[in-house]
Amino acid sequence: MGTVVLFVVVAAIVIFVLVYGMRLPGMSENTMKRAAMITGALGLLLLAVGLYLGLVWAPTAEIMGDSYRIMYVHFPSWVGTAAGYLTAFVASVLYIRTRKYGYDYVALAGAEIGLLFNVTGLITGALWGRPTWGVYWTWDPRLTTTAIMAITFAGYLVLRAFLEDPEARARVSSLVAIIGFVNVPIVYFSVRWWRTLHQVQSSPDTIDPPMVLALRVMMIAFVLIFLFMLTQRFMLARLRGEEELEAVRLEVAGD
Amino acid sequence: MGDLRRAMALVRKDLLTERRSKAAFNAMAFFAAMVLFIFSFALGPDAPSMSAGPGQTLLQYLWPGLLWVAIFFTGILSLSRSFQIEIESGGLEALRLYPGDKKAVFAGKLVANMIVLGAMELILVPVSAVLYNIDLWTKLPALMGVVLLGTLGFAAVGTFYAALTSNLRARDVMLPVLLFPIIVPVVVAAVKATTLVVRGDPMGELWTWLRILGLIDIVLLTVCTLTFEFAIED
Repeated sequence: MGTVVLFVVVAAIVIFVLVYGMRLPGMSENTMKRAAMITGALGLLLLAVGLYLGLVWAPTAEIMGDSYRIMYVHFPSWVGTAAGYLTAFVASVLYIRTRKYGYDYVALAGAEIGLLFNVTGLITGALWGRPTWGVYWTWDPRLTTTAIMAITFAGYLVLRAFLEDPEARARVSSLVAIIGFVNVPIVYFSVRWWRTLHQVQSSPDTIDPPMVLALRVMMIAFVLIFLFMLTQRFMLARLRGEEELEAVRLEVAGD
Repeated sequence: MGDLRRAMALVRKDLLTERRSKAAFNAMAFFAAMVLFIFSFALGPDAPSMSAGPGQTLLQYLWPGLLWVAIFFTGILSLSRSFQIEIESGGLEALRLYPGDKKAVFAGKLVANMIVLGAMELILVPVSAVLYNIDLWTKLPALMGVVLLGTLGFAAVGTFYAALTSNLRARDVMLPVLLFPIIVPVVVAAVKATTLVVRGDPMGELWTWLRILGLIDIVLLTVCTLTFEFAIED
């Protein structure tokens, strides 16, 4: 299941970045809004179904009891995190190569939504860790890597706030996103060789079919909600960005 | 060939500036001394009975980690200066106008930074060893290798981010915020290797950790070198 989800997510992101970053200036505002609304409504619907399936319908776990149910939010959050940061990375590379502001807006949207899911994943993980491991936090490779990711992309957002010139902001933050993303696997492996504790992921064969179904529904719901939020954030960023460029143009013309 | 000469010229220029002003070096020397003293006040010079190993004080036990914390915190002072001086004197414009590959500028700045950091470490390592009573005179060659590799990774990312943040008003805040998450792998590998050097290496792990550290250096160096030309664009 993991590979299928990953494939769907990666494909969705590449399509999103290429279509929205490149073509959206040509695509009408209304078409995009309608597409976002449909995605968001579908996502919310599936979220409701998934929550029912996961919290009510799926059976209680043998050893962990009901606390395992947090995984229905925890796992999909990491899919959202991966999708968000990957979007930011791909869009940043494309910005550096093409210098089209559309990609900068996509990168900002990806980083911000990715950070949101990242923090959700960290908090749900800590809440689950306390009853299961006895501690909220350990220095396991995955926990450490995801925390470093959060700090890296929080730094990315702080940096953007300090840069006023649109061109410099887009260029400098793209580089930060690229280096930060490339660094993620290096952090993961270095900490893994340093120490390890996190349990291996369960495969669909070892968990009960109803749980798999509920988890899949939640995964799809989160991906749809991710795309909805990404689109909204992108449109907002584009609106602000165009306003900013217009202001610069007026200033130059006024001289 | 021309790029190599350009890089060497930049190294000479940076070292000459530093030798005449000694600004970065003086700041680092005082800061490093303060860090070493703060550690010893915070962690105490006495031997605690439980936490450290037999016959060791907490400071001796923690020395590999403390050393690297001191190096990174101190080093950031000189890194942030390395492009600030260019901005102040308008030198960055000249660097941008240089003919040839911008990688030469990165290489020159990196080597100059490494020499300044190395000078700081040449003082910091023995002084901290003396203050905390560490016996490292027989282990000096291996330790120098570890310190060199750790400094390379730190300086590579540090030089890159110093260039990136040099235009910011809030550069003194942003440089550590951006730099420290990226050098986490360097911290892990360098501290591990230093611990193995100082405390003995019964399992023969040192060579593995040195290779890990070298690998991290190569990856970071490659990414920073390839993207540096975009970092100093205007």
